[in-house]
Amino acid sequence: MSSTALSGHCPPPQKPLEELDSAVIRFCGDSGDGMQLVGTQFTNVSAAFGNDVSTFPDFPAEIRAPAGTLPGVSGFQLHFSSRDIFTPGDQVDTLVVMNPAALKTNVNDLKRGGILIVNEDEFDNSGLDKAGYESNPLHDENLRTRYDLHKVPMTRLTRDAVAGLGLSTKEAGRCKNFFALGVVYWLYDRDAKPTESWINDKFKKTPAIGEANLRALRGGYNYGYSVESFPKHYQVPKAKLPRGTYRKITGNEATAWGLVAAAKRAGKKLFYAGYPITPASDILHELSMMKNYGVRTFQAEDEIAAMSAVCGAAFAGEIAVTASSGPGICLKGEAMGLGAMTELPMVIVDVQRGGPSTGLPTKTEQSDLLLAMFGRNGDNPVPIIAAATPGDCFAMAQEAVRIAVEFMTPVILLTDGYLANGAEPWLIPKMSDLPPIRIIHPEGKPHVNGSTNGSATQAGPSHNGPAHHGHAESVNGFKPYLRNEKGARPWAIPGTPGLEHRIGGLEKADVTGNIDYSPANHHKMVMNRVGKVAGVANHIPVQEVFGPLAGKLLVLSWGGTFGAVRTAVQMMQQRGQSVAHAHLRYMNPFPRNLGDILKKYDRVLIPELNTGQLRLLIRGIFLVDAVGFNKVQGKPFLVHELTQKIEEAL
Amino acid sequence: MSSLATPAAALPVLQPKDFASDQEIRWCPRCGDYSILAQMKKVLPTLGIPKEKFVFVSGIGCSSRFPYYVDTYGFHSIHGRAPAIASGVKISRPDLQVWVITGDGDALSIGGNHLMHAIRRNLDFKIILFNNQIYGLTKGQYSPTSPVGQKTKSTPYGSLANPVSPMCFALGAEATFVARSVDVDIKHLTGVLERAAKHKGTAFVEVYQDCNVFNSNAFLYASDKEVKADNVVYVEHGKPLIFGKDKKKGIRLHGMTPEVVELGKGITEDDLLFHDEKAADPSLAFLLARFRHPEFPEPMGVLRDIDKPCYDQAVNAQIEAAIAKQGEGDLDKLFESGDTWVVE
Repeated sequence: MSSTALSGHCPPPQKPLEELDSAVIRFCGDSGDGMQLVGTQFTNVSAAFGNDVSTFPDFPAEIRAPAGTLPGVSGFQLHFSSRDIFTPGDQVDTLVVMNPAALKTNVNDLKRGGILIVNEDEFDNSGLDKAGYESNPLHDENLRTRYDLHKVPMTRLTRDAVAGLGLSTKEAGRCKNFFALGVVYWLYDRDAKPTESWINDKFKKTPAIGEANLRALRGGYNYGYSVESFPKHYQVPKAKLPRGTYRKITGNEATAWGLVAAAKRAGKKLFYAGYPITPASDILHELSMMKNYGVRTFQAEDEIAAMSAVCGAAFAGEIAVTASSGPGICLKGEAMGLGAMTELPMVIVDVQRGGPSTGLPTKTEQSDLLLAMFGRNGDNPVPIIAAATPGDCFAMAQEAVRIAVEFMTPVILLTDGYLANGAEPWLIPKMSDLPPIRIIHPEGKPHVNGSTNGSATQAGPSHNGPAHHGHAESVNGFKPYLRNEKGARPWAIPGTPGLEHRIGGLEKADVTGNIDYSPANHHKMVMNRVGKVAGVANHIPVQEVFGPLAGKLLVLSWGGTFGAVRTAVQMMQQRGQSVAHAHLRYMNPFPRNLGDILKKYDRVLIPELNTGQLRLLIRGIFLVDAVGFNKVQGKPFLVHELTQKIEEAL
Repeated sequence: MSSLATPAAALPVLQPKDFASDQEIRWCPRCGDYSILAQMKKVLPTLGIPKEKFVFVSGIGCSSRFPYYVDTYGFHSIHGRAPAIASGVKISRPDLQVWVITGDGDALSIGGNHLMHAIRRNLDFKIILFNNQIYGLTKGQYSPTSPVGQKTKSTPYGSLANPVSPMCFALGAEATFVARSVDVDIKHLTGVLERAAKHKGTAFVEVYQDCNVFNSNAFLYASDKEVKADNVVYVEHGKPLIFGKDKKKGIRLHGMTPEVVELGKGITEDDLLFHDEKAADPSLAFLLARFRHPEFPEPMGVLRDIDKPCYDQAVNAQIEAAIAKQGEGDLDKLFESGDTWVVE
């Protein structure tokens, strides 16, 4: 692979090739510099090569903050490795910097002695001024002594590389991200062919631009190969992952595909209603392209309407789903309450972001757990589950649908901005290996001579879920609130003759579903609904523990922090420490063995990207004196932050 | 998608009583809602649609209890959201006939946004807005259709806000069907509901409804047999706008300005404004919708009825076209598309 790195123009590299276990690269520049694009290309190429990869795109909320300014800096970090990895890496080995603002905001994450590749052309007075530098940092001795600094006149070299293609200076300048990518491809001995084909495909209609990008890419590669300042380059061998066919997947892609897969497993069509919101919109985009899978997407007028339409579609008998982020979830609370009250199956995905209010739209956080738990009026619990990795979103999206239809309830799936935009290799499943999600709607009975109430009976197996019995048979007509052994009511859908019935947000009588405000009935119905959700615990996996089953310290985490926490615990275990890790994916109800697990350790440490929401629940439910490690900076945990905290807690 | 109506011969003959549910009706005695319910139960069996294919969706308010009293599928939902919930029903199940039952507060205050968007999308459902110019269920606050100066519990010194006209609102959102009737005008209301049921697209119907407890006789001018002939004009497609006890008054356009004229004395029917419910441009309908008592007779009947593509059908047509062009989606193929690699 290495010697054929670039087709055509490039001779085989002759500089020494050093093998690395793993490497962390970050591309950073102005949000108009195409950093996300080249980061994604490097990721794709590395994943396809066979490395394990983990990515962290970090971009501003503004589409185009003023060019060259600090708020306009966009970055893409990726970790690629020859072993199993769980995080995009704490410290950066190679930092590619396209302008002074990017240097200022990113250089502190570069490890001592790390490779710093800088586009020196942008370090002019104007660029320095916008970034707030009083003097040129590239002339600073500290920068040279601390890092392996490579000043590359990228803008100029890119223009030279594309000269003669008839491009304007501006157009030529835009290709410099591919020049930078070329340099890094050489540095890490990557095969550029997939990127070349991507460019050819992408710029089919503007071949001159396509050719310019190809030349810039090759120019960068050849620059790395030729200049003396790069004495050697590196290779990260393939990772030893479980056998199978892999692809790269982001959390939002995995969520969208998981939802479609779940509908398929249920023999249903997916109805998805949403309203544009960062970082959940990509789920809407992905599903909107899947029309030939029978997916109906509805961009509603607001979050409230999206949630309401989901209630309507669920009543009509579809797999009904919406996704949003914190501010939208607040608006959905009312109709979510209706969904829980009417006991209809539906899924609400909350791609969490930094709050409160508009907060940090493009940054990650885990601060909606209590909103999901308690964000509705009345005693109104719903099952809540949380994905652990980008790929896990695929499994958990299906799990959300399964629980929803099996228990006739809204289910909240928590992901976050880090999972949503982050990518990892994904072992491609076979649809035929996924078991069906069984839904049985009660069957009707045709009306005879205009017969009405009293004639309806339910024939055959009663309703959804394999373990249901035919209890809904009744001489007094259909009973929409007669429950099965799981506490679920039948899902009779419009169009079924003889099962005409009315549901709504008012309290209803047990069994019949007629309006009923009587005190004892209300108590019973609240308990029915609460008990049904609590009973989900009997139909989810027990909690697993990584490490000793008893000991000094249990680290209890949930959701998108899995990678960082698992890596940190692993490191501490390798140092011989008595520390175990339990990572929760089921948040409400908790796995039925969690209480027992918590008692087996002297201390429980709960790291969260919030001020202690899981800790509040754990202390409240299990009376365990857990301590927290909390960070709310809009960024994921770094492994070394966690190892340090674990050390303190031991 | 199969068509909504199946041949009448294949259906049992339904009667209004077949649409009565077993629930006790809890509206106040003499409430205008009773009459609307009765007319609805008359219309439903005539449509040739099986009972199980009807879905009634409502919001919150007195009118929104309606679905409990009709023996079809029904969803009594949350305040203002009925059009959004009905959208979910209709988009996923175009085979159902969906009715939205709402009130002036429900539709035009808390639910104004949903109403606007449901109408502009032209979803194929019927929206019946019971307008009583008051919040009845919460016991008498002024509503978005209450006239300026109305004294209510929340406006003891008189309401200050300009009212919204439901039909103007609907026409502003380019509704394809707009009509009005009065709760006690039994024949007329039945006719309007029938027309609404048969319209393909969003049918918006405003019904003047008397809240005899909190806003009694607000529409007496339009419902009282003695006076209504002079206060309302029944619009009919292709006919001149004539009203009055003796059919001697008419509406004439003076440029863009309407005026009430007396027939005779040199003014003939041909000088009058002729109603055109099929006009592509909603301006004429809007002009009529703005007629307010006592300056003008208020229009009753169908102001607009035009054909336009329905959103729910378009959604499903797009899906069918995508399947026809790309074939039925195969998830295994999707997963393996793009860059993949094999680990041995």
